[in-house]
Amino acid sequence: MTTTTNKTWRTICDSSDLVKDSGICALLADEAGNEEQIAIFHLPNSEEKIYAVGNYDPIGKANVLYRGIVGCIADEPVVASPLYKQHFSLKTGRCLQEEQSIAVYEIRIENEQVQVFY
Amino acid sequence: MNTDKQLLSKAKIVVVGNGMVGHHFVEEMAKNSDYQITVLSAESRLAYDRVHLSEYFGGKTAEDLAMTTPEHYDELGVTFKTNAKVTKIDKVAKCVTTESGATYHYDKLILATGSYPFVPPIPGKDQDHCLVYRTIDDLEDIANSAKVSKVGVVIGGGLLGLEAANAIKQLGLQTHVVEFAPQLMGVQIDGGGGRLLKSKIEELGVQVHTSKATNVIEKGDKCRYKLCFNDGSELETDLILFSAGIRPYDNLAREFDLAIGERGGIVVNNQCQTSDVDIYAIGECALWNNFIFGLVAPGYAMAKVAAKHIGGVTGTNGELAEFTGADMSTKLKLMGVEVGSIGDAHGKTEGSLTYTYENQPEGVYKKIVVSADKKTLLGAVLIGDTSDYDTLLQYMLNAIELPEAPEGLILPMAADKPTLGVDALPDTATICSCHNVTKGDIIAAIDCGAVDVGQVKSGTKAGSGCGGCAALVKSVADNEFEKRGLVVKKDICEHFAYSRRELFDIVSVEKIKTFDELLSSHGRGLGCEICKPVAASVLASVWNDYILKKPHLSLQDTNDTYLGNMQKDGTYSVVPRIAGGEITPDKLIVLGQVAKKYNLYTKITGGARVDLFGARVEQLPPIWKELIDAGFETGHAYGKSLRTVKSCVGSTWCRYGVQDSMSMAIDLEHRYKGLRAPHKIKFGVSGCTRECAEAQGKDIGIIATENGWNLFVGGNGGMKPRHGDLFATDLDDETLVKYIDRILMFYVQTGDRLQRTSVWLENLAGGLAYLQDVIMKDSLGITDALEEQMATIVGSYQCEWKTTLADPEALKRFQPFVNSDKGDSNIQFVTEREQIRPARDEEKIAVTIIDATEKEAVAEDA
Repeated sequence: MTTTTNKTWRTICDSSDLVKDSGICALLADEAGNEEQIAIFHLPNSEEKIYAVGNYDPIGKANVLYRGIVGCIADEPVVASPLYKQHFSLKTGRCLQEEQSIAVYEIRIENEQVQVFY
Repeated sequence: MNTDKQLLSKAKIVVVGNGMVGHHFVEEMAKNSDYQITVLSAESRLAYDRVHLSEYFGGKTAEDLAMTTPEHYDELGVTFKTNAKVTKIDKVAKCVTTESGATYHYDKLILATGSYPFVPPIPGKDQDHCLVYRTIDDLEDIANSAKVSKVGVVIGGGLLGLEAANAIKQLGLQTHVVEFAPQLMGVQIDGGGGRLLKSKIEELGVQVHTSKATNVIEKGDKCRYKLCFNDGSELETDLILFSAGIRPYDNLAREFDLAIGERGGIVVNNQCQTSDVDIYAIGECALWNNFIFGLVAPGYAMAKVAAKHIGGVTGTNGELAEFTGADMSTKLKLMGVEVGSIGDAHGKTEGSLTYTYENQPEGVYKKIVVSADKKTLLGAVLIGDTSDYDTLLQYMLNAIELPEAPEGLILPMAADKPTLGVDALPDTATICSCHNVTKGDIIAAIDCGAVDVGQVKSGTKAGSGCGGCAALVKSVADNEFEKRGLVVKKDICEHFAYSRRELFDIVSVEKIKTFDELLSSHGRGLGCEICKPVAASVLASVWNDYILKKPHLSLQDTNDTYLGNMQKDGTYSVVPRIAGGEITPDKLIVLGQVAKKYNLYTKITGGARVDLFGARVEQLPPIWKELIDAGFETGHAYGKSLRTVKSCVGSTWCRYGVQDSMSMAIDLEHRYKGLRAPHKIKFGVSGCTRECAEAQGKDIGIIATENGWNLFVGGNGGMKPRHGDLFATDLDDETLVKYIDRILMFYVQTGDRLQRTSVWLENLAGGLAYLQDVIMKDSLGITDALEEQMATIVGSYQCEWKTTLADPEALKRFQPFVNSDKGDSNIQFVTEREQIRPARDEEKIAVTIIDATEKEAVAEDA
């Protein structure tokens, strides 16, 4: 387990681990042992191509968002919760149907490595 | 005029009689809150639906037939008294008095006293068990009498008489109809139609005696009574029901000096006023233009006119509302026989010409009466098949010019049968004659914001009378919606301006194999959780590729991606196929062992299988490996596809079974497993008519008969239960499978997204008969293609779990984290009734501790 205090770009996986137009899940852990699950989506046909958001569905109360179907609603890239189908913006984390939001993480692909800033 | 109106606006209105028409008047009048309305009814009940009275014997209760309730009248602010027979009208003091002596002042009095059944003056008519058919109380008398009777006779072969005959037949009596005239329903239909109607009714076990006048009712030899006819013949019976026409209830008006017609009826003018301008008469007690209207629609029209006249409501040019007569066309089902009569059914108009079509073997008779110049339709008679009624009625009511060969309107299989599009109808066309709703009224309702057929119906009341116009109301409304681009919106989502069916055609015709191709050629944006699974389903139905193949993977709902059903906590359930519910003890033991090893909550499903809950994504592959090694395969419980074929043991074990339903169920389940459809599909196969498999509640239901199988289509349980429609009878095995192949593939191709077969069938224009034509008569010429497509799918079946387990790339999806071997610490269980269930929020405990216990648990298992 990595133990650091400063936020920096950290490698999560190879870009070949990504699934086109779909999501995978990664576990982020800090030095205190606190863990966070993030959902990483690879949308090669969209503007940013890759997005990372919290994996916890605040409405369904389960860690499932990476298993949702991705797409767009009025040009906003979104993931639909696989539990109750609410849409969450992949850019802002805002829920389009209810007063809820999920965390958004900075993510990039460097030298075929997927990196998250945390 | 203004002062008049103000004075009137405080007026007291008293309505005498609370039948269907009296009630309609109350509803119309109560729209204007300036009036104090009092209803006085001699009956013990408030208004009820007399048109559907016979359904009282079919199990409907007085409450079902009720048209209003005390609460509803309270809401409208209407005062009402039941058992309050009015006995006196004081025209000078303007008040009425009831039997009990209560007096009510009126400014306007409405007589809606209706009619009573005419009983011909036959000696012996006043004995017990000599009854009439008019009120719910009459029906109770009939039911009581039927309990101690074996034979029943209805005197009168008109419309009501035949309904009454149906009623006593339903009560189990041997039934006769006696008619004075040489034919049945002489008012509505002609001799030819009457002849056919008679033979059809006799086929149903009711004996019809025409041209018989009853001289006397005497004590019977075998039965309670005997009817002695003028030709010397006799008929023995226990119960006699008179239905020889109606007479207006005009005695009150007669006694208090209102003008009365020669043969009865309260004379009214075009505003429904009697000879006293403050007294109105409406419905069957009123005589307009020397005519009594014995149908409900003209009564409703009179009620509206009277309410408008009292309320001072005029047309756009200040003209008074007027009753100008009514169309007496009628369409109904008598003992299951369809009968329709339009306009001048007898061809009495001078110079009129007729076209007649008769098909004796099938029991169909159709006649149209046209004007001398063959340009307009004057009338029609339809027996045995009234499918042309709506079109013919519109031709007649709107004087639409007839096609060159008018006979095409009634000839079957006329290739160029002229269909009258709703667009051709003028706005004045009456669509619902019970409530006098025109096409214009429907358009106005849509103008006012109605966005679906349901709202159009509740807004205009169209279709809520006899219901015969329901289909027409729908097509007029749909046509209007479409014109406004408010299209009965078929686009599946913002990314595709197509319905599922259209996408299906695009994919098959253009041989599209992936979602990306489909999106770039026919869609926009990135897609979404609606269009992606639809595309996945269509691609699977057309090409039947492995659904987790790379290009399809991202299209699937999570249930399809993980080949399990996601539960509320993010775990999955595991349902192996147990075809027909048949399972060996060894396999049952394996299920128990697997459930125990992985600590899964275990339950028997409604579809006769075993459901194992609480599997984490990473557990799914090892669980399925064990199941597949033991000979199981996926149950597709996660897919919009065939779920189960429920069955009884049938003739193999059951004393009553007439066919081997078990083998049939297993064969069918294996044939159609894996087929992707608009929604899930369930089958049922019962080995005899006792129907233990509840097949009529399934999408495809099969019930064994002595001679083969009866096939039902479109049944459903769940949210909107529906019994399947009987599609075909006594099929052999081969034909049964052939028809199911065709039906399922037709559904797969044409069904809407998430549309079960029940709704699909209801929405097919032409309904069951159309489907039968497509499947059994090949009316679209597609059955070969449907069978071929099904054969391809059946031939390319694969167990998705078996394929997945053999594909290391696919198995990567079942790792919870791409960068860790841990499991999801948020998934926690507690024990209840000796099994696990998901922990509620307040029951969850800190992460580190649960990790430790889990490891212990795993260690124990190992």
